[in-house]
Amino acid sequence: MLPKIFFGYFAIAMVVLSLLIITRRNPVHSVLWMLVLFFHIAGLYLLLNAEFLAAVQVILYAGAILVLFLFVIMMLNLKEEISGERFEGAWPLGVSVSAIIFVLMLLTTGDFVHGPVGKYTIEVIKSETHAKALGKLLYTEYLFPFEIASLILLIAIVGAIVLAKRRS
Amino acid sequence: MVPLSWYIGLSTVIFMIGVVGFLIRRNIIVMLMSIELMLNSVNISLVAFSHYLQDLRGQILVFFIITVAASETAIGLAILVALYKNKEAVHTNEITEMKG
Repeated sequence: MLPKIFFGYFAIAMVVLSLLIITRRNPVHSVLWMLVLFFHIAGLYLLLNAEFLAAVQVILYAGAILVLFLFVIMMLNLKEEISGERFEGAWPLGVSVSAIIFVLMLLTTGDFVHGPVGKYTIEVIKSETHAKALGKLLYTEYLFPFEIASLILLIAIVGAIVLAKRRS
Repeated sequence: MVPLSWYIGLSTVIFMIGVVGFLIRRNIIVMLMSIELMLNSVNISLVAFSHYLQDLRGQILVFFIITVAASETAIGLAILVALYKNKEAVHTNEITEMKG
């Protein structure tokens, strides 16, 4: 019963926060609501026994990505930009197309069939600790994708500098 | 115990809110934030699958998604800064250079 109450709170709060994010006029308000949303997502990860991912969520998303957003918003002068019209002219079309896709997706979620379960039960993860179990898998089986991820980050750093530097 | 389908439903709802935000907003910053919203909703469903199937591979995938999201945000915001420097525009209807 208690997990259901927690899940209900998180679900309602997350939906309301997402709606706030996409409807606020000022982008700074959107970013701050998004900060609250990311903390809720971290709480949901704790509910799912993924404590290392909850920490990563708070540090990386709330700590790094949102600060990047805030930096850029504060750097641009958006005073007159935010006073205009918020939505596209054709917004009813966008909402209705999304609603159709949403109904289609909800219709399919009920038909989900469980596959065979793996070996990482809660007891195994508890005895090994979550970070160690994740690290073992990441540095053995997923070593090559891990190296590709580092390459993606390097390209992102170089690309961001090249794109944003002042033309001389 | 919360059923798995609740998590998938929550993930679907947040994903579609992200899609709506991307389609209807004019401000590019909010559109980038909608993309983050969609990526996060997928992360929720992956972690839920990982928990219920007792397999850590879903959480490994979440790591890679976070990596790609961070790179995407950095590049997107750099493009936005370059755009603002050249055109003083952050709204999609003010950027019409590529129109035939």
